[in-house]
Amino acid sequence: MEIEIKFVLNGRVVQTRVPPDMTTLMMLRENFDLTGGKLACGEGECGACTVRIDDRTINSCLMFAVDCDGREIQTIEGLGSVNGLEIMQQAFVEHGAIQCGYCMPGMIMQARYVVDQCNDKASMSRDDIARGLEGNVCRCSGYTKVVDAVAAVVLEEASA
Amino acid sequence: MKIENYHVPFSVSEATQMLQHGGVTIVAGGTDLTPQLEAGVRKFASTLMNIQRVDEMRGISILDGRYRIGGLTTVAEILGNGTLADDVPVLVEAADHFASPQIRNAATLAGNLCNASPAGDMCIPLLLLDADVELVSWVDGSISVRLVALSDFFTGPGKTVLQADELLTAIEFNQPAENFRASFQKSGPRPALEISTVAMGFAAAMDNGVLAGVRVAIGAVAPVPLRARATEAVLEGQLLDETLISRAEEAAQQEVSPIDDVRASAWYRKHLTGVYINRALVALQGDTHGN
Repeated sequence: MEIEIKFVLNGRVVQTRVPPDMTTLMMLRENFDLTGGKLACGEGECGACTVRIDDRTINSCLMFAVDCDGREIQTIEGLGSVNGLEIMQQAFVEHGAIQCGYCMPGMIMQARYVVDQCNDKASMSRDDIARGLEGNVCRCSGYTKVVDAVAAVVLEEASA
Repeated sequence: MKIENYHVPFSVSEATQMLQHGGVTIVAGGTDLTPQLEAGVRKFASTLMNIQRVDEMRGISILDGRYRIGGLTTVAEILGNGTLADDVPVLVEAADHFASPQIRNAATLAGNLCNASPAGDMCIPLLLLDADVELVSWVDGSISVRLVALSDFFTGPGKTVLQADELLTAIEFNQPAENFRASFQKSGPRPALEISTVAMGFAAAMDNGVLAGVRVAIGAVAPVPLRARATEAVLEGQLLDETLISRAEEAAQQEVSPIDDVRASAWYRKHLTGVYINRALVALQGDTHGN
Protein backbone atom coordinates (compact mmCIF):
# COMPACT_ATOMS: atom_id res chain seq x y z
CA MET A 1 0.00 0.00 0.00
CA GLU A 2 1.29 3.42 -0.98
CA ILE A 3 -0.02 6.92 -0.28
CA GLU A 4 0.26 9.83 -2.68
CA ILE A 5 1.62 12.96 -1.00
CA LYS A 6 2.39 16.48 -2.21
CA PHE A 7 4.55 19.04 -0.45
CA VAL A 8 7.11 21.80 -0.93
CA LEU A 9 10.67 20.47 -0.92
CA ASN A 10 13.49 23.01 -0.91
CA GLY A 11 11.21 25.58 -2.52
CA ARG A 12 9.65 23.34 -5.21
CA VAL A 13 6.30 21.59 -5.17
CA VAL A 14 6.86 17.83 -5.39
CA GLN A 15 4.71 14.71 -5.43
CA THR A 16 5.61 11.17 -4.50
CA ARG A 17 4.18 7.85 -3.31
CA VAL A 18 5.23 6.38 0.04
CA PRO A 19 4.34 3.34 2.15
CA PRO A 20 2.58 4.51 5.36
CA ASP A 21 5.42 3.26 7.58
CA MET A 22 8.24 4.95 5.66
CA THR A 23 10.13 7.64 7.59
CA THR A 24 10.66 11.13 6.19
CA LEU A 25 14.41 10.51 6.19
CA MET A 26 14.14 7.41 4.00
CA MET A 27 11.72 9.16 1.64
CA LEU A 28 14.17 12.05 1.19
CA ARG A 29 17.07 9.69 0.60
CA GLU A 30 15.35 7.08 -1.58
CA ASN A 31 12.62 8.97 -3.45
CA PHE A 32 14.49 12.26 -3.92
CA ASP A 33 18.15 11.26 -3.70
CA LEU A 34 18.72 13.90 -0.99
CA THR A 35 21.37 12.01 0.97
CA GLY A 36 22.61 14.87 3.17
CA GLY A 37 20.48 13.74 6.12
CA LYS A 38 21.88 10.54 7.61
CA LEU A 39 20.42 7.55 9.42
CA ALA A 40 22.66 7.07 12.44
CA CYS A 41 20.82 6.21 15.67
CA GLY A 42 17.28 6.02 14.26
CA GLU A 43 15.78 7.07 17.58
CA GLY A 44 16.19 10.83 17.82
CA GLU A 45 19.32 10.80 19.95
CA CYS A 46 21.90 12.02 17.43
CA GLY A 47 20.34 14.66 15.16
CA ALA A 48 22.16 13.50 12.00
CA CYS A 49 18.79 13.40 10.21
CA THR A 50 17.71 16.94 11.18
CA VAL A 51 15.60 18.77 8.59
CA ARG A 52 13.34 21.80 8.79
CA ILE A 53 9.60 21.24 8.44
CA ASP A 54 7.13 24.15 8.53
CA ASP A 55 9.96 26.19 10.03
CA ARG A 56 10.87 23.98 12.94
CA THR A 57 13.62 21.39 12.99
CA ILE A 58 12.76 17.77 13.67
CA ASN A 59 14.43 14.37 13.55
CA SER A 60 13.34 13.12 10.12
CA CYS A 61 14.05 9.52 11.20
CA LEU A 62 11.10 9.77 13.64
CA MET A 63 8.53 11.43 11.40
CA PHE A 64 6.37 9.40 9.05
CA ALA A 65 6.75 10.49 5.43
CA VAL A 66 2.95 10.50 4.94
CA ASP A 67 2.77 13.38 7.43
CA CYS A 68 4.82 15.57 5.05
CA ASP A 69 1.70 15.98 2.91
CA GLY A 70 0.93 19.69 2.55
CA ARG A 71 3.99 20.79 4.52
CA GLU A 72 7.11 22.72 3.62
CA ILE A 73 10.46 20.94 3.97
CA GLN A 74 14.00 22.22 3.79
CA THR A 75 17.01 19.91 3.77
CA ILE A 76 20.71 20.77 3.79
CA GLU A 77 20.59 20.58 -0.03
CA GLY A 78 18.15 23.50 0.00
CA LEU A 79 20.19 25.71 2.29
CA GLY A 80 22.77 27.10 -0.14
CA SER A 81 22.19 28.02 -3.79
CA VAL A 82 23.90 27.56 -7.14
CA ASN A 83 25.76 30.77 -6.31
CA GLY A 84 27.48 29.26 -3.32
CA LEU A 85 27.19 28.13 0.26
CA GLU A 86 24.83 29.67 2.78
CA ILE A 87 26.63 31.72 5.47
CA MET A 88 26.31 28.97 8.13
CA GLN A 89 27.77 26.33 5.78
CA GLN A 90 30.60 28.72 4.86
CA ALA A 91 31.36 29.41 8.54
CA PHE A 92 31.67 25.67 9.26
CA VAL A 93 34.18 25.35 6.40
CA GLU A 94 36.18 28.40 7.46
CA HIS A 95 36.41 27.32 11.10
CA GLY A 96 37.44 23.76 10.28
CA ALA A 97 34.35 22.59 12.14
CA ILE A 98 34.02 19.56 9.88
CA GLN A 99 35.93 16.38 10.63
CA CYS A 100 34.47 13.17 9.20
CA GLY A 101 31.44 15.17 8.09
CA TYR A 102 28.75 12.59 8.85
CA CYS A 103 26.86 14.70 11.41
CA MET A 104 27.36 18.00 9.56
CA PRO A 105 24.16 18.26 7.47
CA GLY A 106 22.06 17.81 10.61
CA MET A 107 24.35 19.98 12.72
CA ILE A 108 24.26 22.86 10.21
CA MET A 109 20.45 22.63 9.79
CA GLN A 110 20.03 22.84 13.57
CA ALA A 111 22.62 25.64 13.92
CA ARG A 112 20.83 27.69 11.24
CA TYR A 113 17.51 27.14 13.04
CA VAL A 114 18.88 28.05 16.49
CA VAL A 115 20.31 31.34 15.22
CA ASP A 116 17.15 32.14 13.19
CA GLN A 117 15.02 31.49 16.29
CA CYS A 118 16.99 33.85 18.51
CA ASN A 119 15.36 37.28 18.87
CA ASP A 120 18.33 38.82 20.61
CA LYS A 121 21.42 37.69 18.73
CA ALA A 122 23.62 40.36 20.34
CA SER A 123 23.36 38.59 23.70
CA MET A 124 23.53 35.00 22.39
CA SER A 125 26.29 33.21 24.30
CA ARG A 126 28.39 30.14 23.51
CA ASP A 127 26.30 28.33 26.12
CA ASP A 128 23.10 29.28 24.28
CA ILE A 129 24.60 27.88 21.07
CA ALA A 130 25.69 24.65 22.77
CA ARG A 131 22.24 24.32 24.35
CA GLY A 132 20.59 24.72 20.94
CA LEU A 133 22.81 21.97 19.51
CA GLU A 134 22.37 19.52 22.40
CA GLY A 135 20.34 17.17 20.19
CA ASN A 136 23.18 16.82 17.69
CA VAL A 137 26.01 14.41 18.35
CA CYS A 138 29.43 14.61 16.64
CA ARG A 139 31.27 11.31 17.06
CA CYS A 140 34.57 13.03 16.23
CA SER A 141 33.67 15.22 19.20
CA GLY A 142 34.66 18.41 17.39
CA TYR A 143 32.28 20.62 19.30
CA THR A 144 34.57 23.57 20.04
CA LYS A 145 35.03 24.48 16.39
CA VAL A 146 31.33 23.93 15.73
CA VAL A 147 30.48 26.48 18.41
CA ASP A 148 33.21 28.80 17.01
CA ALA A 149 31.58 28.64 13.58
CA VAL A 150 28.07 29.33 14.89
CA ALA A 151 29.34 32.14 17.14
CA ALA A 152 30.93 33.80 14.10
CA VAL A 153 27.59 33.72 12.27
CA VAL A 154 25.82 35.10 15.34
CA LEU A 155 28.33 37.94 15.54
CA GLU A 156 27.94 38.76 11.85
CA GLU A 157 24.13 38.62 11.90
CA ALA A 158 23.81 40.52 15.19
CA SER A 159 25.70 43.49 13.77
CA ALA A 160 23.93 43.33 10.40
CA MET B 1 1.02 -6.50 10.97
CA LYS B 2 0.86 -4.91 7.55
CA ILE B 3 -0.85 -1.53 7.46
CA GLU B 4 -3.96 -1.80 5.31
CA ASN B 5 -5.47 1.65 5.81
CA TYR B 6 -4.15 5.13 6.38
CA HIS B 7 -6.45 7.85 7.71
CA VAL B 8 -6.02 11.54 8.39
CA PRO B 9 -9.00 12.84 10.41
CA PHE B 10 -9.60 16.59 10.67
CA SER B 11 -11.80 16.59 13.79
CA VAL B 12 -12.17 14.77 17.10
CA SER B 13 -15.51 13.33 16.01
CA GLU B 14 -13.96 11.94 12.83
CA ALA B 15 -11.01 10.49 14.77
CA THR B 16 -13.14 8.87 17.48
CA GLN B 17 -15.49 7.34 14.90
CA MET B 18 -12.44 5.79 13.30
CA LEU B 19 -11.34 4.36 16.66
CA GLN B 20 -14.70 2.58 17.03
CA HIS B 21 -13.74 0.12 14.31
CA GLY B 22 -10.74 -1.04 16.35
CA GLY B 23 -7.28 -2.03 15.10
CA VAL B 24 -5.92 1.51 14.96
CA THR B 25 -2.39 2.72 15.64
CA ILE B 26 -2.45 6.45 16.45
CA VAL B 27 0.50 8.60 15.43
CA ALA B 28 1.13 12.25 16.31
CA GLY B 29 4.73 13.43 16.83
CA GLY B 30 6.07 9.91 16.34
CA THR B 31 9.02 10.44 18.68
CA ASP B 32 8.12 7.49 20.92
CA LEU B 33 6.15 5.42 18.42
CA THR B 34 8.83 5.18 15.72
CA PRO B 35 11.63 3.80 17.95
CA GLN B 36 9.15 1.42 19.61
CA LEU B 37 8.07 0.03 16.21
CA GLU B 38 11.68 -0.16 15.10
CA ALA B 39 12.68 -2.05 18.25
CA GLY B 40 9.70 -4.39 17.87
CA VAL B 41 8.27 -3.38 21.27
CA ARG B 42 5.11 -2.32 19.44
CA LYS B 43 3.45 -3.61 16.29
CA PHE B 44 1.34 -1.70 13.79
CA ALA B 45 -2.40 -2.34 13.86
CA SER B 46 -4.08 -2.64 10.45
CA THR B 47 -5.01 1.05 10.37
CA LEU B 48 -2.57 3.91 10.86
CA MET B 49 -4.35 7.10 11.95
CA ASN B 50 -2.39 10.34 11.79
CA ILE B 51 -4.08 12.84 14.12
CA GLN B 52 -1.75 15.77 13.34
CA ARG B 53 -4.46 17.64 11.38
CA VAL B 54 -7.02 17.65 14.22
CA ASP B 55 -6.58 21.37 14.88
CA GLU B 56 -9.10 21.47 17.75
CA MET B 57 -6.57 19.42 19.75
CA ARG B 58 -4.00 22.23 19.67
CA GLY B 59 -3.41 25.34 21.71
CA ILE B 60 -3.07 26.64 25.25
CA SER B 61 -5.94 28.62 26.77
CA ILE B 62 -7.28 29.72 30.12
CA LEU B 63 -10.96 30.20 30.97
CA ASP B 64 -12.40 31.02 34.39
CA GLY B 65 -9.16 30.16 36.16
CA ARG B 66 -8.76 26.80 34.43
CA TYR B 67 -6.02 25.99 31.93
CA ARG B 68 -6.68 23.79 28.94
CA ILE B 69 -3.82 22.46 26.83
CA GLY B 70 -4.73 20.60 23.65
CA GLY B 71 -3.27 17.10 23.47
CA LEU B 72 -1.37 17.85 20.26
CA THR B 73 0.40 20.85 21.79
CA THR B 74 4.11 20.23 21.47
CA VAL B 75 6.60 20.43 24.31
CA ALA B 76 8.29 23.31 22.42
CA GLU B 77 4.99 25.23 22.40
CA ILE B 78 4.72 24.82 26.18
CA LEU B 79 8.34 25.94 26.58
CA GLY B 80 7.71 29.04 24.46
CA ASN B 81 4.44 30.09 26.09
CA GLY B 82 4.84 33.36 28.01
CA THR B 83 1.62 33.02 30.03
CA LEU B 84 2.63 29.57 31.30
CA ALA B 85 6.15 30.84 32.06
CA ASP B 86 4.69 33.53 34.36
CA ASP B 87 1.85 31.54 35.81
CA VAL B 88 2.98 27.88 35.89
CA PRO B 89 6.80 28.01 35.70
CA VAL B 90 7.19 24.42 36.93
CA LEU B 91 5.53 23.12 33.74
CA VAL B 92 7.82 25.22 31.54
CA GLU B 93 10.87 24.13 33.53
CA ALA B 94 10.04 20.47 32.94
CA ALA B 95 9.57 21.22 29.22
CA ASP B 96 13.01 22.84 29.22
CA HIS B 97 14.57 19.60 30.52
CA PHE B 98 12.73 17.51 27.92
CA ALA B 99 14.92 15.59 25.41
CA SER B 100 16.35 17.87 22.68
CA PRO B 101 15.12 20.85 20.62
CA GLN B 102 14.23 18.64 17.65
CA ILE B 103 12.23 16.24 19.81
CA ARG B 104 10.50 19.09 21.68
CA ASN B 105 9.42 20.45 18.28
CA ALA B 106 7.65 17.19 17.44
CA ALA B 107 6.67 15.51 20.72
CA THR B 108 3.12 16.16 21.92
CA LEU B 109 1.83 16.43 25.47
CA ALA B 110 -0.81 13.74 24.90
CA GLY B 111 1.85 11.46 23.44
CA ASN B 112 4.09 11.87 26.48
CA LEU B 113 1.18 10.99 28.80
CA CYS B 114 -0.22 8.09 26.72
CA ASN B 115 3.23 6.56 26.37
CA ALA B 116 3.03 6.25 30.18
CA SER B 117 6.72 5.91 30.84
CA PRO B 118 7.37 5.97 34.61
CA ALA B 119 10.08 8.53 33.67
CA GLY B 120 7.82 10.72 31.46
CA ASP B 121 9.03 14.26 32.11
CA MET B 122 5.76 16.15 31.62
CA CYS B 123 3.89 13.81 33.99
CA ILE B 124 5.64 15.23 37.06
CA PRO B 125 4.56 18.90 36.88
CA LEU B 126 1.08 17.89 35.70
CA LEU B 127 0.70 15.53 38.69
CA LEU B 128 1.72 18.45 40.95
CA LEU B 129 -0.92 20.62 39.32
CA ASP B 130 -3.66 18.01 39.98
CA ALA B 131 -4.28 17.90 36.24
CA ASP B 132 -7.13 15.99 34.61
CA VAL B 133 -7.03 14.39 31.18
CA GLU B 134 -9.97 14.57 28.80
CA LEU B 135 -10.74 11.23 27.16
CA VAL B 136 -13.14 11.27 24.24
CA SER B 137 -14.93 8.43 22.49
CA TRP B 138 -17.79 8.02 20.02
CA VAL B 139 -20.86 6.47 21.67
CA ASP B 140 -24.27 5.99 20.03
CA GLY B 141 -23.74 8.57 17.35
CA SER B 142 -22.23 11.32 19.42
CA ILE B 143 -19.13 12.38 21.29
CA SER B 144 -18.75 11.14 24.86
CA VAL B 145 -16.29 12.85 27.19
CA ARG B 146 -14.85 11.73 30.51
CA LEU B 147 -12.38 13.53 32.72
CA VAL B 148 -9.86 11.39 34.60
CA ALA B 149 -7.45 12.66 37.26
CA LEU B 150 -3.92 12.23 35.91
CA SER B 151 -2.99 10.47 39.18
CA ASP B 152 -5.57 7.77 38.27
CA PHE B 153 -4.61 7.66 34.58
CA PHE B 154 -1.44 5.57 34.79
CA THR B 155 -1.77 1.87 35.67
CA GLY B 156 1.72 0.52 34.93
CA PRO B 157 4.74 0.98 32.66
CA GLY B 158 3.26 1.87 29.25
CA LYS B 159 -0.26 1.25 30.60
CA THR B 160 -3.13 3.66 31.24
CA VAL B 161 -6.91 3.59 31.70
CA LEU B 162 -7.29 4.89 28.13
CA GLN B 163 -9.59 2.51 26.22
CA ALA B 164 -8.90 1.43 22.64
CA ASP B 165 -11.78 3.61 21.38
CA GLU B 166 -10.67 6.71 23.33
CA LEU B 167 -8.57 9.69 22.37
CA LEU B 168 -6.74 11.90 24.88
CA THR B 169 -7.80 15.28 23.54
CA ALA B 170 -6.74 17.76 26.24
CA ILE B 171 -5.16 18.29 29.63
CA GLU B 172 -6.80 20.63 32.15
CA PHE B 173 -5.75 22.07 35.50
CA ASN B 174 -6.72 24.96 37.75
CA GLN B 175 -4.61 28.08 37.65
CA PRO B 176 -2.26 27.70 40.64
CA ALA B 177 -3.03 29.80 43.72
CA GLU B 178 -0.99 32.94 44.41
CA ASN B 179 1.13 31.17 47.09
CA PHE B 180 1.73 27.94 45.09
CA ARG B 181 5.51 27.46 44.88
CA ALA B 182 6.67 24.48 42.87
CA SER B 183 10.07 23.11 41.91
CA PHE B 184 11.30 20.46 39.48
CA GLN B 185 14.48 18.41 39.82
CA LYS B 186 15.76 15.80 37.40
CA SER B 187 18.87 13.65 37.43
CA GLY B 188 20.85 12.13 34.62
CA PRO B 189 24.45 12.04 33.38
CA ARG B 190 23.87 14.83 30.84
CA PRO B 191 21.24 17.58 30.65
CA ALA B 192 20.02 16.74 27.14
CA LEU B 193 18.21 13.65 25.87
CA GLU B 194 18.27 12.11 29.30
CA ILE B 195 15.74 9.62 30.51
CA SER B 196 15.47 10.59 34.16
CA THR B 197 17.23 8.51 36.78
CA VAL B 198 14.90 10.23 39.23
CA ALA B 199 12.71 13.30 38.69
CA MET B 200 10.86 15.10 41.47
CA GLY B 201 8.28 17.83 41.58
CA PHE B 202 7.53 19.51 44.87
CA ALA B 203 4.98 22.18 45.75
CA ALA B 204 3.88 23.77 49.02
CA ALA B 205 2.84 27.04 50.56
CA MET B 206 4.40 28.28 53.82
CA ASP B 207 2.61 30.20 56.54
CA ASN B 208 4.70 31.15 59.60
CA GLY B 209 6.99 28.18 59.00
CA VAL B 210 4.08 25.74 58.62
CA LEU B 211 3.62 23.77 55.40
CA ALA B 212 0.28 23.72 53.60
CA GLY B 213 -0.98 22.29 50.32
CA VAL B 214 2.03 19.98 50.04
CA ARG B 215 2.26 18.04 46.78
CA VAL B 216 5.05 15.64 45.84
CA ALA B 217 5.39 13.84 42.49
CA ILE B 218 8.27 11.49 41.70
CA GLY B 219 9.27 9.96 38.36
CA ALA B 220 11.27 6.82 37.47
CA VAL B 221 10.94 5.28 40.95
CA ALA B 222 7.76 3.18 40.57
CA PRO B 223 5.73 1.40 37.84
CA VAL B 224 3.94 4.72 37.23
CA PRO B 225 4.81 8.41 37.66
CA LEU B 226 3.96 8.68 41.36
CA ARG B 227 1.98 11.17 43.44
CA ALA B 228 3.66 10.54 46.80
CA ARG B 229 0.60 10.92 49.05
CA ALA B 230 2.18 9.31 52.14
CA THR B 231 5.11 11.72 52.00
CA GLU B 232 2.69 14.61 51.52
CA ALA B 233 0.77 13.50 54.62
CA VAL B 234 3.96 13.52 56.72
CA LEU B 235 4.62 17.14 55.71
CA GLU B 236 1.12 18.66 55.59
CA GLY B 237 0.37 21.14 58.37
CA GLN B 238 3.77 20.61 60.03
CA LEU B 239 6.41 23.08 61.14
CA LEU B 240 9.29 22.91 58.68
CA ASP B 241 12.43 22.09 60.66
CA GLU B 242 15.38 19.67 60.50
CA THR B 243 13.45 16.85 62.19
CA LEU B 244 10.63 17.13 59.68
CA ILE B 245 13.08 17.10 56.77
CA SER B 246 14.61 13.81 58.03
CA ARG B 247 11.13 12.32 58.47
CA ALA B 248 10.19 13.38 54.93
CA GLU B 249 13.34 11.76 53.51
CA GLU B 250 12.48 8.48 55.23
CA ALA B 251 8.84 8.65 54.16
CA ALA B 252 9.70 9.33 50.52
CA GLN B 253 12.28 6.54 50.44
CA GLN B 254 9.69 4.14 51.84
CA GLU B 255 7.03 5.23 49.40
CA VAL B 256 9.05 4.62 46.23
CA SER B 257 9.64 1.16 44.73
CA PRO B 258 12.40 1.63 42.15
CA ILE B 259 14.01 -1.08 40.04
CA ASP B 260 17.60 -1.82 39.07
CA ASP B 261 18.12 -1.07 35.40
CA VAL B 262 20.76 0.10 32.96
CA ARG B 263 20.46 3.71 34.12
CA ALA B 264 20.75 3.23 37.89
CA SER B 265 20.38 0.80 40.76
CA ALA B 266 17.27 0.74 42.94
CA TRP B 267 19.50 1.68 45.89
CA TYR B 268 20.76 4.79 44.11
CA ARG B 269 17.27 5.86 43.05
CA LYS B 270 16.09 5.54 46.65
CA HIS B 271 19.08 7.55 47.83
CA LEU B 272 18.41 10.25 45.24
CA THR B 273 14.74 10.42 46.27
CA GLY B 274 15.90 11.36 49.78
CA VAL B 275 18.39 13.90 48.42
CA TYR B 276 15.74 15.57 46.25
CA ILE B 277 13.08 15.89 48.95
CA ASN B 278 15.78 17.29 51.23
CA ARG B 279 16.85 19.86 48.61
CA ALA B 280 13.25 20.89 47.90
CA LEU B 281 12.54 21.47 51.59
CA VAL B 282 15.85 23.23 52.30
CA ALA B 283 15.20 25.54 49.32
CA LEU B 284 11.77 26.32 50.73
CA GLN B 285 13.36 27.16 54.11
CA GLY B 286 15.81 29.46 52.34
CA ASP B 287 13.02 31.24 50.42
CA THR B 288 11.11 31.89 53.63
CA HIS B 289 14.16 33.18 55.52
CA GLY B 290 14.93 35.44 52.55
CA ASN B 291 11.53 37.12 52.72
